[in-house]
Amino acid sequence: MAEHVIKMPDIGEGVAEAELVEWHVKVGDVVREDDTLAAVMTDKATVEIPAPRDGTVAWLGAEVGETLSVGAPLLKLEVPGEEGEAPAEKAPPRDDTEPLGEGLVESGEGQLPDTEPQPKPEPKPKPAPKPAPKPAAKRPAPAAGGSAPRAEGERPLAAPAVRLRAREAGVDLRQVPGTGPAGRISHDDLDAFIARGPGTAAAPGRQRRTEVEEIKVVGLRRRIAEKMALAKRSIPHITYVEEVDVTALEDLRGRLNAEGGSRLTILPFLIRAIVRAVDDQPMVNSTYDDEAGVIRRHSGVHVGIATQTDAGLMVPVLRHAEARGLRDLAEEMTRVTAAARDGTATREELSGSTLTITSLGALGGIVSTPVINHPEVAIVGVNKMAVRPHWDGKGFVPRKIMNLSSGFDHRIIDGWNAAQFVQRIKTLLETPAMLFLED
Amino acid sequence: MKELTCKLLVIGAGPGGYVCAIRAGQLGVDTIIVEAEKPGGTCLTVGCIPSKAMIHAADEFAKLVEAAAGGSPFGLTAADPVLDLAKAVAWKDGIVGKLTSGVAGLLKRAGVKTVAGWARFRDGKTVEVETETGVQVIRAEAVVIATGSVPVELPSLPFGDRVISSTGALELTELPERLVVVGAGYIGLELGTAFAKLGSRVTVVEAEGRVLPLWDADLTKPVAKRLAELGVEVLTGAKARRLSSDGAALVIEDAEGEERRLPADKLLVTVGRRPLVDGWGLEELDLDRDGRFIRIDEQCRTSMRGVYAIGDLTGEPMLAHRAMAQGEMVAEIVAGNRRGWDKRAIPAVCFTDPEVVSVGLSPDEARATGREIKTGSFPFSANGRAMTLGSDAGFVRVIARADNHLVLGIQAVGQGVAELSAAFALAIEMGARIEDVAGTIHAHPTQSEAFPEAALKALGHALHI
Repeated sequence: MAEHVIKMPDIGEGVAEAELVEWHVKVGDVVREDDTLAAVMTDKATVEIPAPRDGTVAWLGAEVGETLSVGAPLLKLEVPGEEGEAPAEKAPPRDDTEPLGEGLVESGEGQLPDTEPQPKPEPKPKPAPKPAPKPAAKRPAPAAGGSAPRAEGERPLAAPAVRLRAREAGVDLRQVPGTGPAGRISHDDLDAFIARGPGTAAAPGRQRRTEVEEIKVVGLRRRIAEKMALAKRSIPHITYVEEVDVTALEDLRGRLNAEGGSRLTILPFLIRAIVRAVDDQPMVNSTYDDEAGVIRRHSGVHVGIATQTDAGLMVPVLRHAEARGLRDLAEEMTRVTAAARDGTATREELSGSTLTITSLGALGGIVSTPVINHPEVAIVGVNKMAVRPHWDGKGFVPRKIMNLSSGFDHRIIDGWNAAQFVQRIKTLLETPAMLFLED
Repeated sequence: MKELTCKLLVIGAGPGGYVCAIRAGQLGVDTIIVEAEKPGGTCLTVGCIPSKAMIHAADEFAKLVEAAAGGSPFGLTAADPVLDLAKAVAWKDGIVGKLTSGVAGLLKRAGVKTVAGWARFRDGKTVEVETETGVQVIRAEAVVIATGSVPVELPSLPFGDRVISSTGALELTELPERLVVVGAGYIGLELGTAFAKLGSRVTVVEAEGRVLPLWDADLTKPVAKRLAELGVEVLTGAKARRLSSDGAALVIEDAEGEERRLPADKLLVTVGRRPLVDGWGLEELDLDRDGRFIRIDEQCRTSMRGVYAIGDLTGEPMLAHRAMAQGEMVAEIVAGNRRGWDKRAIPAVCFTDPEVVSVGLSPDEARATGREIKTGSFPFSANGRAMTLGSDAGFVRVIARADNHLVLGIQAVGQGVAELSAAFALAIEMGARIEDVAGTIHAHPTQSEAFPEAALKALGHALHI
């Protein structure tokens, strides 16, 4: 057996480190070339690391959530090869056989004859570690989410005195959560369980649920958490909500969709309106590097599209909205959001936005307070469109009304500018022909 | 004879039975115990205790022989040491006598009535005892069967004059010049080693590929090495066939399949023990069986209501301390307490030279659970106290779960490590993690220091290696 070390690959674009977000294998697993070994994450791109060759996983170099620098050993594979090659001797599974050889160099009357005259028979212990992979393979998926405080079949961990008290009290320790190390159940844990009253376990029907599942915040969720906290911590938000009468826009959209071609949602129109409103309020389309004290006002409008994926919130970017036509906007938006959802989005497609739109469609509610996508300075939230009675001076008429809830970095954008920006969008959307006027 | 009635009847006063009876008596349960021999069972009379006495005598003698041969590393000399085997046996018998009368006294003090004789079930609540003065009928609400086990006899080598069991070996007052031991389990090796030290030429015949085949290989290597040093011939892969026609030798089939004669003055057959399930009326009860053993549940209840079974009768491991724990538990159950068998570990000790201890899971057993594990071991060659005792062979090994570091198993081999079993068992029973072991101050200089060092090794930072 020889050992093959797999290192954290260079994922490109000057990435120096990546976070391990998932192991697809464990020690003892037999893998084939190209099997996925692990998933690592940089910024928002997740990269799967494939096995370069067949082998048996001998060692994992990190735990999920750890950040590894490029080039750090990620995993060791035992690969069939030259027998007795030195590194294989150091493979961790042999740990338990080591002491016989170690530390006995000087005074090891006990072992020298075994090891010295004929080192060859020594590999004998090898068959012992070998069988490990098979039983290991049937490891059930981590069943932490079950109803009991520990995995099924796992014995509760408690000192004999605790076990005795539990038995005398008629408490099934398997139901008692342990707060000690490794989930050990203390006398206090047992007291707490008993104090919650008898019958909690026996009563049919509604039951108290006491288990708390610990979920490690790793990968995308950690990125989201950090990013949101950064935005809320450093950006003094102002929120501005305005209603927009989109009756005319909806008529137009209906007609365009009736013509066929790629289906248009309201977002391409909104993006178009934003591009035009940015012409009047260019500061809204900027990023603020508060540490350097520099605002970068962008000429191109790169619109981040907040997108719900299975893993969580991602923001793929529609680049150069100012240079795209309506259908092009619609198609590009569909493409980047789909890429984000199925995990194929590139780093390029997940970074570099200058202004973000967040829209929950039918779930949009009437008002929201969107969080700015740091280091941008503005975010436009789309609320739900609904037919509402509208006073036209003589009577109520039904109109399609949609609210926009927008957030601005008040350090950069004054209320007046924010209002100007949103009012401009409102005007454009309410009179959609203006969206397409060349000025 | 007048019938006796009681709440609890214990059949067999071995370690399981007498502990059960004493505890029941303490709890105020009206208890009778029946025993045909002296109280104490195999353990006290023909097992643990007498064998350890003989092993100790042999060890002391062997030290003097070594010194006489000029082998003492620190300059001890002796001349022509002699061991009076008859006297050693008498000394051993004295210890046994003290302990058995001690047990009798404890039973009495606990208010337990002892009936001497051979018990036989009439039904699940009634027992007839053949006493010296006639048949005594005893009726009981609950019965605990604790009849123990007996050495397995090979059909081709029935116990007799020359072929002896461990019981016979402990009664020899004359040293056999040539002793052949059939079976290299712990009983055979303990006694075989003792006789080798006393001066017998010992040959061990084992059908498996190595000595102590039920223990993991790393643990047995120092034992095999020491046997070789003592001049014990170990024939592995060899099968005992029969006694030669003149009765003076054992015919074996060696590892190559060749027949070989091993001349022997005594043949010690130690190929295991079997539960004693005959002669006490098991057929009247029709209890469920588990192979050769009586099937029990976690309260030691058999398939018949009110009938419990404890000890060797109920399966492996056939160890006195397991029987005692079962006996104590059953007594408390009979007294009306809620109890159940929830022990995490039953330590196993092998009093060979060096001694071997195993508590909890072996590395292979731990791996077989499908979990990732961590192991760490520390050799006594790096332990100061072991060196000053002149015996630095062996090691302590700790096995833990890789995810939460819960200690799953602890093994050791080395001189005197039997006493470390206490620390090992406590660690597992209390649910220690390797950090707990590593974080406990162990006295210096003691061999016990190897325990936290092994834990540190598993954590990746042993200090003294």
